[in-house]
Amino acid sequence: MATALKPQSDNKSTTKEVLLRVENVTKIYDGTVKAVDNVSLTVNQGEIFGLLGGSGCGKSTLLRIMAGFEKPTKGRIFLDNQDITDFPPYQRPINMMFQSYALFPHLSVWENVAFGLKRDNLPKDEIATRVEAMLTLAQLNKYAQRKPHQLSGGQQQRVALARSLAKRPKLLLLDEPLGALDKKLRETTQLELVNIIEEVGVTCVLVTHDQEEAMTMASRIAVMAEGYFLQIGEPDVIYESPNSRQVADFIGNVNMFEGKVIEDEPDHIIVKCDECTHYVGHGFTGHNGMAVGVALRPEKITLSKEKPNSQYNWAEGTVTEIIYFGDHTTYHLRTTAGHVIKAQEINNTRDLSCGLTWGDYAFMHWGDLAMIVLTH
Amino acid sequence: MKLITRFFQDLFQGNKLVIGIPYGWFLLLVAIPLLIVMKISLSEMEATSVSKMISWTIGLPTLKLNFANYQFIFSDALYVKTYISSLKYALTTTAICLAVGYPFAYFMARAPKHIQPTLLILIMLPFWTSFLLRIYAWKTLLVSNGVINNILMGLHIIDAPLGMMNNSFSLTIGMVYSYLPFMILPLYANLSKLDLRFLEAAADLGTSPFKAFWLITVPLSKAGIIAGSMLVFIPAVGEYVIPELLGGPSTLMIGRVLWDEFFSNNDWPMAAAVAVVMIALILVPMAILNRAEAKLEEA
Repeated sequence: MATALKPQSDNKSTTKEVLLRVENVTKIYDGTVKAVDNVSLTVNQGEIFGLLGGSGCGKSTLLRIMAGFEKPTKGRIFLDNQDITDFPPYQRPINMMFQSYALFPHLSVWENVAFGLKRDNLPKDEIATRVEAMLTLAQLNKYAQRKPHQLSGGQQQRVALARSLAKRPKLLLLDEPLGALDKKLRETTQLELVNIIEEVGVTCVLVTHDQEEAMTMASRIAVMAEGYFLQIGEPDVIYESPNSRQVADFIGNVNMFEGKVIEDEPDHIIVKCDECTHYVGHGFTGHNGMAVGVALRPEKITLSKEKPNSQYNWAEGTVTEIIYFGDHTTYHLRTTAGHVIKAQEINNTRDLSCGLTWGDYAFMHWGDLAMIVLTH
Repeated sequence: MKLITRFFQDLFQGNKLVIGIPYGWFLLLVAIPLLIVMKISLSEMEATSVSKMISWTIGLPTLKLNFANYQFIFSDALYVKTYISSLKYALTTTAICLAVGYPFAYFMARAPKHIQPTLLILIMLPFWTSFLLRIYAWKTLLVSNGVINNILMGLHIIDAPLGMMNNSFSLTIGMVYSYLPFMILPLYANLSKLDLRFLEAAADLGTSPFKAFWLITVPLSKAGIIAGSMLVFIPAVGEYVIPELLGGPSTLMIGRVLWDEFFSNNDWPMAAAVAVVMIALILVPMAILNRAEAKLEEA
């Protein structure tokens, strides 16, 4: 998982000037298929807002509604307190960067970037200076006279960005902006993209199915499934404090334990599960005897061959799978109850850190603030 | 020597042979007949016999070229006028076909996917009837006591029949009617492939649908426009049947002049010269369009 904490985003969200307001938007296709289900959200000025979800969760439909390509069946959309729900796309001060880039194949890079400016009937020299500025920003000056098909994927992506920023939109929509690039290029482009967006200072809504992309780029994320939001929050909140089993499961890897609260105190609770007993170092809003889920991220588990001398927060099992990633290794351990628990170890030395191999019996333990208690 | 053996090795390995088949076909059925026509056009009336042709092929130094036929074509005002009129009719037909066919192809390409095959069949349906019959049918529609005049007079919209037959109007309508499918089909093939996201991107950048049509759809369908125009223009220049049946004596078309030279005057060299000039007239715009198309593909 990439960096979840973005200190600079906190300063920005404190200005809290709402730019985009989506109110109770519903989109129904063919009278029956609910693509977007009564969704409300606000995007603040200068923020990069991420819409994260699997395919078919409605995130792209919601983005297309913002762009004006789709009319919501119900609900309104406000930009700068102006109702834009019935505006056609060409009258909205919103620009979109398409997943396929949709660069005009018959026009050069320069003409592609100038396309939107020409529609505004700006004076010629004004267009020229703004296009040049955009090309400089996206480091495309050398390629100004090329046609899109003569460019690499990364260059095309920058042309698409330059074109969507050239009109200085109030809101920039990014539809899977890095989806067409390979992994290595994606990582460098991610940062480039964020730097350009922050330099321009434009507000963004970013649609992605890639949680890493959402985590690194967005200052706030809405996790979407089946047309509605499961949770909206900062990346670290979504990751470390998911509000439901579904979010915990969707973002990152997680071990889910199902159990019952057997002790409910203001400063701690104890949850009894099949393979272990969790001592959670904080209170919760529930009652004794309640069935809860306990989510535990693999990287918060420590492996050892010796039995921990504690009553709580440990489990034991046989190593069934070792998955080597280079920087870390994920171990799968089967407990006597038959569950598989995933544990992640950082490879901080060049020999594998805990010397475990297939079939070894091992113990897992974790801290009392490592897990998340989930009631639904 | 090495090169020659290489050539024969390649030839019998098959790849050159496969490419050679269409070239051989072209040589046998296009290039040689064309050369014969050119040869005839450069000879006197009596020189069309086979023996004279052979002697010309072998006796390279004693090559006798007779440009008299060409001189006559370019000095005679009627021939020049006929060529110009043929080109004019062909261009008008192409322009009208494009103007009518483009919206047709456009809406066909935008129609729901499941009704597109039906529309395609409707375009091709006229081909199931004889071409001659269909042109003849226009005659019954357009003549003075034909269907259209009878209806208009029956409704008292006009008092006297309109002269729609045996003039440039009837000729143009017949040509447009016959060649329209050849314009629509390549345009449809092109427009149905157009990525609609380009239009969304244009709208997103502030382009109204009308403007986007001219800035995106039309330029991106250039290849289809060129292909359709070539398919209409080339046969239209040399068209014989439609001017003969619908054009009347007043409309000048080179196809009819050709027919007259061959079959009425029996002047083969003259007819051949007329044909060669016609081919040259067609080849020039075709070469220009071809180059434009090649450039499009390059871009």
